[in-house]
Amino acid sequence: MNDPMTNHLWYLIPEAILLVGVVFVAIFGLVHNASLRRLTPAIAGCFVIASGVASVFVFAPDRMESAQFLFPGMGRWIGVITAAIGFMIIPMSVGHVDRRLEREVAAGRLRFDPLRASGGEYYAFMLLSLAGLMLVCTARDLIWLFLALELTSLPTYVLVAMSRSSRLAQEAAMKYFFLGAMAAAVFLYGFALLYTATGTVEFEAMRQVLTQQAQEGGINSLAIVGLVLALFGILYKLAAAPLHLYAADVYEGAAAPVTAFLGFVPKAAGVLAIMMLLSVTGLNEMATGLPYPILIMLWVVAVLTMTLGNIGALLQRSVKRMLAYSSIAHSGYLLIGIIAGPGVGYTAVLFYLLAYGIGNTAAFSVLSGLERRGQEMATMEDLAGLRHRHPLMAAVLAISSGSLLGFPPLLGFWGKLLLFIAGIQTGQVVLVIIAAVNSAISGWYYLKLVAVPIMAAPTARSEAVERGPTGWPRLAGVVLAAASLVLPVFLSWLVDQSEYSARTDAAMAAAESAEASGAGDATASLQGPLDRPSGS
Amino acid sequence: MIWGWIMLLLPIIGALGVVVSSGRAARSLALWTSLATFGASIVAAVNFGVWGTGEFGLVSSIPWMSEVGISISIGADSVSMMLVLLTTFLMPLAVLGSWTAVNERLKEYYGWLLLIETAMIGVFLARDLVFFYVCFEFTLVPMYFLIAIYGGSGRARACVKFFLYTFTGSLIALVGFLYVAWSNMESTGQWSFDIATLTTFAAGMPLADQLWILTALVIGFAVKIPLFPVHTWLPLAHTEAPTAGSVILAGVLLKLGTYGLYRFALPMTPEAVVEWAPILGILSIVGILYAGLICWVQTDVKKLVAYSSVSHLGFCVLGIFALNPMGLQGSVLYMINHGLSTGALFFLVGMMYERYHTRDMDSIGGLAKRMPIWAFFMVFFVLASVGLPGLNGFVSEFLCLLGTFAAGESGSYPGVLGPWFAAFAALGMIVAAMYLLIMVGKIVFGSLKEPAGTDRHGLSVDLNAREITVLVPLAVLCILLGVQPWIAMDAMDGSVVEILSVYQPSEVAQQMVDAGSAWVAGSPSP
Repeated sequence: MNDPMTNHLWYLIPEAILLVGVVFVAIFGLVHNASLRRLTPAIAGCFVIASGVASVFVFAPDRMESAQFLFPGMGRWIGVITAAIGFMIIPMSVGHVDRRLEREVAAGRLRFDPLRASGGEYYAFMLLSLAGLMLVCTARDLIWLFLALELTSLPTYVLVAMSRSSRLAQEAAMKYFFLGAMAAAVFLYGFALLYTATGTVEFEAMRQVLTQQAQEGGINSLAIVGLVLALFGILYKLAAAPLHLYAADVYEGAAAPVTAFLGFVPKAAGVLAIMMLLSVTGLNEMATGLPYPILIMLWVVAVLTMTLGNIGALLQRSVKRMLAYSSIAHSGYLLIGIIAGPGVGYTAVLFYLLAYGIGNTAAFSVLSGLERRGQEMATMEDLAGLRHRHPLMAAVLAISSGSLLGFPPLLGFWGKLLLFIAGIQTGQVVLVIIAAVNSAISGWYYLKLVAVPIMAAPTARSEAVERGPTGWPRLAGVVLAAASLVLPVFLSWLVDQSEYSARTDAAMAAAESAEASGAGDATASLQGPLDRPSGS
Repeated sequence: MIWGWIMLLLPIIGALGVVVSSGRAARSLALWTSLATFGASIVAAVNFGVWGTGEFGLVSSIPWMSEVGISISIGADSVSMMLVLLTTFLMPLAVLGSWTAVNERLKEYYGWLLLIETAMIGVFLARDLVFFYVCFEFTLVPMYFLIAIYGGSGRARACVKFFLYTFTGSLIALVGFLYVAWSNMESTGQWSFDIATLTTFAAGMPLADQLWILTALVIGFAVKIPLFPVHTWLPLAHTEAPTAGSVILAGVLLKLGTYGLYRFALPMTPEAVVEWAPILGILSIVGILYAGLICWVQTDVKKLVAYSSVSHLGFCVLGIFALNPMGLQGSVLYMINHGLSTGALFFLVGMMYERYHTRDMDSIGGLAKRMPIWAFFMVFFVLASVGLPGLNGFVSEFLCLLGTFAAGESGSYPGVLGPWFAAFAALGMIVAAMYLLIMVGKIVFGSLKEPAGTDRHGLSVDLNAREITVLVPLAVLCILLGVQPWIAMDAMDGSVVEILSVYQPSEVAQQMVDAGSAWVAGSPSP
């Protein structure tokens, strides 16, 4: 156990489970027997759950002392919410992948041809991408971080392309891939500069160098440039402005479950990567704020992202594009927590990831559970009078938009409340006011998602909207909507968990030593790190 | 105390029951639930024990998110208790009033009605800021659906506007609240959302901070009241809402705004309030007169009553910012009286609409000949609303104006309004008498005019027993509060003085400080 190699391998168990799952799923997707083949998503789901459960044990708190991660507690939280959201997206995909082929085969018009099938690969790529997200938590150096981020992103390019047999999907995939590749190049270049400035790729050593530089009169400007470039590259994954332009097209082109996937997994990976990179500058609960240029940059990006996202969403007629822009806006809210920094800021970010993930995925589950003449619903008009024909889906849509809007008592409200508290606590009152105004703007279009299904008179278009081939996506939607209603009951526990997960190693060590020496009760040790000086 | 929780939970349980019940049973289940809640609130009021003092009764707390100091705590001073009583009193009437008006989707309808009751009681009982905010915001959802599903033809625009205005306002108030909570955390090192703690803390913050906080709070609450110039959502929402929705909106929801001013703006930001009271006073007066003039030219009866709410609530706000016990007492009384008389007017308009399917004053007239009982109640509640001495409206309006008038010279409180404010506001009373009496003249008296092809959908020509049952309790209370207003005034005395205690002149405060330091000097040093 003390051997660093075994030690490191131990933390890879959840990812290893997913990789085994990838193999199984890929094979099952090619089986000739249709009923076995139909088990593919179930198998994928089992492996995802298994990896989520594994991450609870692998990242058990008593093991984390020797782990030397930047965020020792993060693995468990991210492992569980990744598995949970992933597990929900898998049933949403049922009936979408290989749809035409499976129908032909079922009708007996065609023999099953493994060369034409992509079901297995679809789920396999999904699991790979989830594994990438989990790997980000265990990164200890730049190389690992880069590989983890790429493992998260690369499968998504393919997912977009294979999710629909539509030219829109091809176009979206190309766009996403080329821009994504460029973003990867940018942050790789940033990493290279960081390496040049510090002479190491390991976070721990890099932090020592940068902390020393900061004490000796400022961080090397090469390192700052490197950080800025790296951050910009990663902000692409968050679809943060001004790197958000791809999002609407890509989200619209991909099938709804893949869009839900894109809205959560790469975004979460990007947020975690940013938290790590900022920590490298020596930022922790006890230290004073970010280097000034980076603070300014993040501030501007946050404001732009929120505002452009919300205004963009206001202008859309297509439901998917609207949700795409809304997810851009949510990246902006997340950046408030990033700016607020370790402690309450990162707590809010990790909590918000859960709240946003659930709300966003639930909204997309409605789009993947209903269809119009075999096509996805496109415009707002398709939703008109939805409650008459599909009351449950209208309710899911209402609850998920309420949660995304941040309406009490739904989960999203508490996420936003924590972000606002974090922002105010670190003296970013102006940013919080901008976010509040943005929330109010977002009310306009989220309310449309509630109002149109309830009030608008059904049209010929919307009358043609019917249930999809299977009930799984709708079931996922109901479960997720119920989660945004019920989880606030366990709010205290959830916030505790995200607080623990968001601790930097320094805070974790401080909390542990405080606990060991018995000085102060547990709450005091939690409160301590939260008291960061303002005006950073 | 247990009765607070019972009041909060009963409607939720009832709502769950309604949702699983069958269509018709939903109605009676909702009625019984709201009656039971009313009963519970009566029991709570009888056992309240702190009437007339500034203390809080029904105090109870459930820990929730202790690491950021959030808990579900309740408690009521006399004013909150009165508003809770108003809520629980109006609710069975609202259910009874929509007995025949709502015929489809009964389960949802009564479910939402009961949920909004819980949210409103929660607002009045909340002693934790986050709990308050959650309840305050949540009132929007049931009302949104009540308007969106059961509303009139223009409901789409009405409910969106209603939602967005109020949501935006309260978000800004939330930022203000969070700022206070954070400042408190900065100085004590401990998060707390306890309203009492934060109120005491905020009152000691520097003026510049208080001004910002007051701005945020006023934006949040002014939308709800609604104060000129953010009142434009109200006429739409009122006109399009179903009768029970309008009654609740006018009867209780608008009071959430004035209650917010009473509970938060006054005690939290005393210095800023003194600075800004004249501006807010002017806004209320503009609202009183402007809305009154709009009423004058209305031909839609429901819209007229809706605009009259804007005008009436202006008196209420004026009374609050008179910053003396008289004005504040008048204002709280006004909240209750307005709930009774305007609620009744909305019922009456609804009953007329159910029979004639029009609210246009030009196409109906002389209904006294057709519906004498209805006409009697209409005239009665209009007079109550106008402020006829002997009925409830008079006392509160008079107190608000008197408080405003006296604000300039009474030495012990920093009155910043004064005779001029009272004089202009009093013009509003004349305008109110004018538009309401013109309305009565048109639709109640004169020659009989009924729209062609009237289809009463099986309703009796005049009011039936159920409808009379709805109106009589309101009328009785109007008379009671008109001839014996001190029942309510004595009961709220202590709370009003307590809220205004931060405005006591500095000598009094100095005495208290001296006494405190003497006590500290006398005690052994730590």
